[in-house]
Amino acid sequence: MFEILKRQEMADGTVVLNEISAPLIAKKAKPGQFVILKANETGERIPLTMAEADPKKGIITIIYQIVGKSTALFKSLQVGDKFQDIIGPLGKPTHLEKMGTVVCVGGGTGVAVMHPITRGLKEVGNNVIAIIGARTKDLLILEDKMAAASHELHVCTDDGSYGHHGFVTDVLKEVLEKEDVKLVVGIGPVPMMKFVCKVTEQFKVKTLVSLNAIMVDGTGMCGCCRVSVGGKTQFACVDGPEFDGHDVDFEELMQRLQAYTAEEAAAYGKYKGECKLA
Amino acid sequence: MAEKKVKKEKIPRQPMPEQEPDVRRRNFKEVPLGYSKELAMKEAERCIQCKKPTCVSGCPVSIDIPAFIKLIKEGEFTKSVRKIWEKNGLPAVCGRVCPQEDQCEGVCILAKKGEPVAIGNLERFVADLEREQGSGELPPKAKPTGKRVAVVGSGPSGLTVAGDLTLKGHDVTIFEAFHKPGGVLVYGIPEFRLPKEIVFSEVNFLERLGAKLECNTVVGRIVSIDELLEQGYDAVYIGVGAGLPRFMNIPGENLIGIYSANEYLTRSNLMKAYLFPEYDTPIAKGKNVAVFGAGNVAMDSARTAMRLGADVVRIVYRRSREEMPARAAEIHHAGEEGIEFYLLTAPTKFIGDENGRITGMECLKMELGEPDESGRRRPVPIKGSEFQLECDMAVIAVGAGSNPLLTQSTEGLELNRWGYVITDPETGKTTKKGVWAGGDIVTGSATVILAMGAGRAASDSIHQYLTWGW
Ligand SMILES: Cc1cc2nc3c(=O)[nH]c(=O)nc-3n(C[C@H](O)[C@H](O)[C@H](O)COP(=O)(O)OP(=O)(O)OC[C@H]3O[C@@H](n4cnc5c(N)ncnc54)[C@H](O)[C@@H]3O)c2cc1C
Ligand SMILES: Cc1cc2nc3c(=O)[nH]c(=O)nc-3n(C[C@H](O)[C@H](O)[C@H](O)COP(=O)(O)OP(=O)(O)OC[C@H]3O[C@@H](n4cnc5c(N)ncnc54)[C@H](O)[C@@H]3O)c2cc1C
Ligand code: SF4
Ligand code: SF4
Ligand code: FES
Repeated sequence: MFEILKRQEMADGTVVLNEISAPLIAKKAKPGQFVILKANETGERIPLTMAEADPKKGIITIIYQIVGKSTALFKSLQVGDKFQDIIGPLGKPTHLEKMGTVVCVGGGTGVAVMHPITRGLKEVGNNVIAIIGARTKDLLILEDKMAAASHELHVCTDDGSYGHHGFVTDVLKEVLEKEDVKLVVGIGPVPMMKFVCKVTEQFKVKTLVSLNAIMVDGTGMCGCCRVSVGGKTQFACVDGPEFDGHDVDFEELMQRLQAYTAEEAAAYGKYKGECKLA
Repeated sequence: MAEKKVKKEKIPRQPMPEQEPDVRRRNFKEVPLGYSKELAMKEAERCIQCKKPTCVSGCPVSIDIPAFIKLIKEGEFTKSVRKIWEKNGLPAVCGRVCPQEDQCEGVCILAKKGEPVAIGNLERFVADLEREQGSGELPPKAKPTGKRVAVVGSGPSGLTVAGDLTLKGHDVTIFEAFHKPGGVLVYGIPEFRLPKEIVFSEVNFLERLGAKLECNTVVGRIVSIDELLEQGYDAVYIGVGAGLPRFMNIPGENLIGIYSANEYLTRSNLMKAYLFPEYDTPIAKGKNVAVFGAGNVAMDSARTAMRLGADVVRIVYRRSREEMPARAAEIHHAGEEGIEFYLLTAPTKFIGDENGRITGMECLKMELGEPDESGRRRPVPIKGSEFQLECDMAVIAVGAGSNPLLTQSTEGLELNRWGYVITDPETGKTTKKGVWAGGDIVTGSATVILAMGAGRAASDSIHQYLTWGW
C-alpha cells in the first residue's frame, strides 16, 4: 500500500507531484479534503491536500512544495518507494453548489489545492473564473489543468515574466468590478488569502479560504490546529480546512505557523548536511 | 500447606526499587524498576489469604487476587499469570497504572492496620516475567465461528474485546485511527510510566492469536459503521475513547507555547518528539512551565516537561491537595522530581509577547466553599487576589470530552447531552442494532481497568448475540 506510482517535479524542482496507490482513500475522497502522510518510522505527520483522487484506479495525487525537512524527505522518495502511513480523507469537503459566477484564486502551491475545487465548481454548473499566480514564470504550476477546469483563466506573475504583471488580487479586483460574483475561493500563502479577503470585503462577496494550520492527528483530538474564526476557536482539521475568510484571524494564524521555526531550521539544516555526506 | 508453615513474623511492604529522582527527572526510562523473584515472593507472603477477600471486590474485573498471589509465593509464576489472565488480559499495564489505592489495595484487609499488600506490583511482576521469559505459548482458541467483528479503536477497551472474541473463535478486525495501536497507552501515558514495548507486545500477542489490525483508519471518514455492517461485519464495538481536548476558554489561549495535554503528550509519546531531531516531530522545550489540572494527565505532562529540560515546572490547580485526582504514586513521584504545586490557584488569562508567544499568565487565588455535585468542595475565587506568574510554556490538562467525529456521523446511535454514547450498562449494547460501545466514549475519561471491564462485558454480550441473536 501507499506505493508511489508516478513522480513529477514541477516549478523548477521546488514542487513535486506524487501519484500514490491508496484505493480506500481514493474511493472516499472529495474536493477540499486532505490526507496526513508519514514517510517512515521517525517521520513527522504532514497534512497535504489531495489534488486529485481516482476511485477507479485507486490513486490519489498530492502536489507539495519543498519547504523543510519533511517535504524534502518526501521529495527524495522515488517511484516504487512507499509512504509508511497515509491517513484520510480528512477535513470537510468543499460545499459545491450552483450559484452563478464564482472566482477561484490560487497562489503558489495553493493552485494544486484549488484545482479539484475549481473543477468541482464547474461540474455543478457554475461559470468559473480562475486566477492563478506565482512569483515568477518558472514557479507557476498546473496552468493547463486550471484552464481546463475553468471557463476563463487569468495568469499573473509578481515579476511580470509571464501573463499579467502583478498580484492575483489586482486581477480579482477587476473581475469583481465587472461581474456579478457570488463566491470567491482563495487558496495560497496566508498573506495572499488575507489580501484576497480584504478585496472581497469591499465588494461584500462571500469568500472561502483553506487554512494550513500546523496539525498532528487531523481528527480533532489534539487542538494543535486551532484557529480563531469569528471570535471562536475552531479546529482546522475537522471544522475546516475551509472557512469564511472574512471571519478568520489571519494574524494569529501567521504567528502560530511560526511556532517551530527554530526547530524546523535546525532539522532541515541537519538533513541537508546528511544528504551531502551520503 | 505452605501457609501453615509461615510463622507470623511481620514483613513490611516491600518497596519496588526505583531510579533516583535526580537522575530520572532528566531521562525517559521507566521509574520503578520491578521486583526480583525474591522480593516478589517476600511480598506475596504478606497476603494472609483471606477467606472472603475484600481486595477482589475492589478490583473492577474481580481478579482472583489471593489465588495469583499464592502462586507467586509458591514460585509458580506462569500459573500465577494465567490465573490473572482469566480476568485481565493486560496485567503488565494494569499493575503499573491502576489507581490501586482506590481499588484493590484500598480495601485490602491489611490496609486497615498498616500497609496493604502491593497487589499492583505483584501483578506487574508476573506479567513482566512471563513476557520476558515465558514460553509465549498461545492459549487454546475455540474453532472458527465464521462470524466477523469490527472493533473501532485500539485502546485498552478495544484490545480487550478483540482478545476475548478472537479466543471465542470469531474473526476480529481492529480499526485504529492513528498509525500505531494502543490508544492512550501509547499516545498519552509516557514511556517512563509505561514502556511502549509492553503495549506493542500485547498487541502482537493479539495478532498472533489471529486478530487483524488496520491502522490509519479513521472510522467515520474512510468507512462508516453502517458500511462496516454492510460489508459483512456481524457486530461492531466502538471503543474510541474520549479524544477531545478541553480548553479553559480564557483570553490568550491560542498563544504559541500553550498546548492541550493531548497535543503535548501525543507529540512526545506517539511521535517521539523527546528524541527530536532524531525523530522529525518538534516540541517546545519550556524552561518555566505551568501545567493546569491535577489528574494523571497533568502529572504526566509536568514530568515530561521536566524531562525535556525545564528549570521550573508548576502544577496549577484550583482546588487543594486532597482533591487532586491523580494516582497517589504519580503525585508522590512528581513531588520527588521537583514539580511544584500551586494549589487553590486558577488562571484568568494568558499574556504573550509581540510574536504571539506566551510569557506568563494572570491568576486568582481560590478558597474552598460548599461541596459541588461531585461532592468535592467548590473552589471560590478570592476577590482582589490577582497575581501574575511567569511562564514560557503551558499545558492544559483539565479533562477531555467526547470527540464527535465518529459518533455524530453514525445514524441511530443515541448520545447523552455530553456526547457520550448511551449503552445498556450490563451489556454495552447501544441503541443501534449490532453495535456495542464501552470505555471512555461511554463513561467519559475514566481508567484503563474500567475501559477493559466494559470491553469484557460487551464481548460477553457480543458473543451471546453471535451465538443466539440480539
Ligand atoms: C490541511 C492542509 C493542507 C495542506 N496542503 C498542502 C498542499 O497540498 N501542498 C503543499 O505544498 N502544502 C500543503 N500544506 C502545508 C504543508 O503541510 C506544510 O508545508 C508541510 O507540513 C511542511 O513541512 P516541512 O517539514 O517540510 O517543513 P517545516 O520546516 O517543518 O515547516 C515549514 C512550514 O510548514 C508549516 N508546517 C510545519 N509542520 C506542519 C504540520 N505538521 N502541519 C501543517 N503545517 C506544518 C509551518 O508553518 C512551517 O513554518 C497543507 C497544510 C494543511 C494544514
Ligand atoms: C495522559 C493520560 C494518563 C492516564 N493515566 C492513567 C492511569 O495512570 N491509570 C488509569 O487507569 N487510567 C489512566 N488514564 C485514563 C485511561 O488511559 C483511559 O481511561 C483509557 O485509556 C480509556 O480506554 P479506551 O479504550 O476507552 O480509549 P483510548 O485509550 O482513548 O483509545 C481509543 C482509541 O480509539 C482510536 N480512535 C478514536 N477515534 C477513532 C475513529 N474514528 N476510528 C478509529 N479509531 C479511533 C484512538 O486513536 C485511540 O487509539 C490516563 C489517560 C491519559 C490521557
Ligand atoms: S487490575 Fe487493577 S484493580 Fe484489579 S487487581 Fe490489578 S491492579 Fe488491582
Ligand atoms: S485482602 Fe489483602 S491480605 Fe486479604 S487476600 Fe486480598 S490481598 Fe491478601
Ligand atoms: S490536528 Fe489535532 S485537532 Fe486538528
